[in-house]
Amino acid sequence: MDYFAQQLINGLVLGSIYGLIAIGYTMVYGIVGMINFAHGDIFMIGGFIALISFLVLVSLGITAVPIVLLLVVLVAMATTALYGWTVERIAYRPLRHSFRLAPMLSAIGMSFVLSNFSQVAQGARVKPVPPIITGGYTLFEQDGFVVRLSNIQIIVVVTTVVLLAVFSWMVTRTRLGRDMRACEQDQTMAALLGVDVDRTISMTFVIGAALAAVAGMMYLLYYGVVDFYMGFVAGIKAFTAAVLGGIGSLPGAMLGGLAIGLIETLWSAYFSSEYKDVAAFSILIIVLIFMPTGLLGRPEVEKV
Amino acid sequence: MTDPTLPASKPKRASQLGAAFILKKSLLSAFVALVLFSLMIGIRTDAGPTGQLIHWTRFADLAIMVVLVFAGSILTELFRQWWAARHRALVLPESAKRGLFTLGRLVVPALLIFAFLVPVIFYNQRYMLDLGILVLTYVMLGWGLNIVVGLAGLLDLGYVAFYAVGAYSYALLSTTFGLSFWLCLPLAGILAAFWGMLLGFPVLRLRGDYLAIVTLAFGEIIRLVLLNWQHVTGGPNGISGIPRPSLFGIPLTAGPNGLAAHLGIPFSPTHRLVLLFYIILALALLTNWVTLRLRRLPIGRAWEALREDEIACRALGINTTTTKLTAFAIGAMFGGFAGAFFATRQGFISPESFTFQESALVLAIVVLGGMGSQLGVVLSSLALIGGFELFRGFEQFRMLAFGGAMVLLMIWRPRGLIAHREPSLFLGERTKITSDLVKEGR
Repeated sequence: MDYFAQQLINGLVLGSIYGLIAIGYTMVYGIVGMINFAHGDIFMIGGFIALISFLVLVSLGITAVPIVLLLVVLVAMATTALYGWTVERIAYRPLRHSFRLAPMLSAIGMSFVLSNFSQVAQGARVKPVPPIITGGYTLFEQDGFVVRLSNIQIIVVVTTVVLLAVFSWMVTRTRLGRDMRACEQDQTMAALLGVDVDRTISMTFVIGAALAAVAGMMYLLYYGVVDFYMGFVAGIKAFTAAVLGGIGSLPGAMLGGLAIGLIETLWSAYFSSEYKDVAAFSILIIVLIFMPTGLLGRPEVEKV
Repeated sequence: MTDPTLPASKPKRASQLGAAFILKKSLLSAFVALVLFSLMIGIRTDAGPTGQLIHWTRFADLAIMVVLVFAGSILTELFRQWWAARHRALVLPESAKRGLFTLGRLVVPALLIFAFLVPVIFYNQRYMLDLGILVLTYVMLGWGLNIVVGLAGLLDLGYVAFYAVGAYSYALLSTTFGLSFWLCLPLAGILAAFWGMLLGFPVLRLRGDYLAIVTLAFGEIIRLVLLNWQHVTGGPNGISGIPRPSLFGIPLTAGPNGLAAHLGIPFSPTHRLVLLFYIILALALLTNWVTLRLRRLPIGRAWEALREDEIACRALGINTTTTKLTAFAIGAMFGGFAGAFFATRQGFISPESFTFQESALVLAIVVLGGMGSQLGVVLSSLALIGGFELFRGFEQFRMLAFGGAMVLLMIWRPRGLIAHREPSLFLGERTKITSDLVKEGR
């Protein structure tokens, strides 16, 4: 029971990270109707930017943890958002009205470019960072088994909740959110009514990348490592989360992320950690077969 | 200009052609590059000797990159304007068109004759023979995938799984039971086809991007199982000592039973390369021949109809289940053949050879060649694998360049190099249809 509780906490934390990445997938799919294959690598870039800016701040003599964290998250969000914007501008916008496979392949190409760019620029070796946020609370203790909730876990979950709140406020209450929802429904009609479609799509990529940057930074803080290859697997799992929740649905993405995080953690805890990715991918296949619209998605009506 | 359906036909304003416009645009690009690269290139991190992370600055590299982006941006913009001005005036005279057409008809026989003569021409250049075998392996994989993607219009991102199934089938059957390559080749094909059906069943109802992602997940599952099922597949260490192929039971060894001794010629390791070359050439041509024949059968017509419109297919009484399953199975079978060949050629296989990058490479070959075009697959394999060889010595930049080339080629020619299709049915004269008229598969 204690073991289970501990795994539940770990799973929720991992799920929060997946959920933040999944939002980027689901938003882009909702508006442009394509799988942004490079999104996992944007997450990886976010982790790298966070790592480097952290090192720079420390070498500049800024060591107060809250200030460092705030600055790092701002720098990572801004820079990664620019990466998202650039990727959309270079690889997707010229292909917006091309045939359906073209943006998909260009996205795969972009994913290779990003991951190999960071391999060339920063080396192939795994980058370890010392734990920045330490300490935590012991929730309860039974038969010598301690259930712990560390500070970093609290920070990850709280940050995710805050970001989600801000983000859903933005989608439902602001001009930009309204434009995004309009473009999702009908791009031509939205354009006729004065919505700048290109700008709205760009902003979607920017926001998705900023959220992925936060996810990357939290991954760095939680696991203490980044490497150039982590974007691929994390990207597929986050996409699985988006599909599981129902692609196009924002609460669905978060729900799917939590579900994938829990499944992966519990599978590693009770079965074998080697096959945890197999479990996640099998879930994807099973969900798509039996529930193609996901948990909260709308069924797609096909017309001739 | 708010109509999003007409983005390409934006009228160029006068200011867009001026030097000030180009300068402004390039400065903006340079600024974006500066922000993007300042942390990623300007500062290099690495694990130091004590395991702690150290970092140092590389501002010179950063400056070079920013200047490169600036210059590249100016050149791109100049080229784009020059192209726009020139493109309108480009009208080929009728005689030149006819000449090009005749030349186009000569490409296939010329390539075929060249392929047959490669071992003769390059007999003393082991490197060229190896490269030829590699290119032909990818041509075969491309032709196999073309059945699934190009003909049936089912987007498959996990094709490498069948390649892996074929390779491991042959490796396990030959090292465990001592079966020969020629016996295992059909078995590997059958096993891969079986796995193709196994993948086909669950994904019957899926389309487009969902199908792509499920096939990707399937490919990864196969790779992870191969990696972790240690006592059968050897895990990350792979399987080594896979037997080499023989010619009608005569091994190509230096001993008294070898082929060289039988023919009374001095033994040379090149003999094996030549044999491997002709095996893969035969296998690839078999794939091509079967594909071309299948296109004329009802099943091939059903595949192409399925690619164009699934609902119409069902309305016409085509059984979409069997149509999709046969496409998956036959495509997978050729992948399995190629896998068995790969295993016997390398003599050693490990899960590292069957990553997603391989799937992406084969798919890139098919799509860059022009989906459904058999000749396009050959040309793009030559271009891509040949392009990879240019990066010999700069291995770390290889995938970077491959990704960049994929993006640029998609922007330049989204429909691939050969963007027209031969109709399988025609009235009177065989006219080529441009693929802009063909709906993509769903």
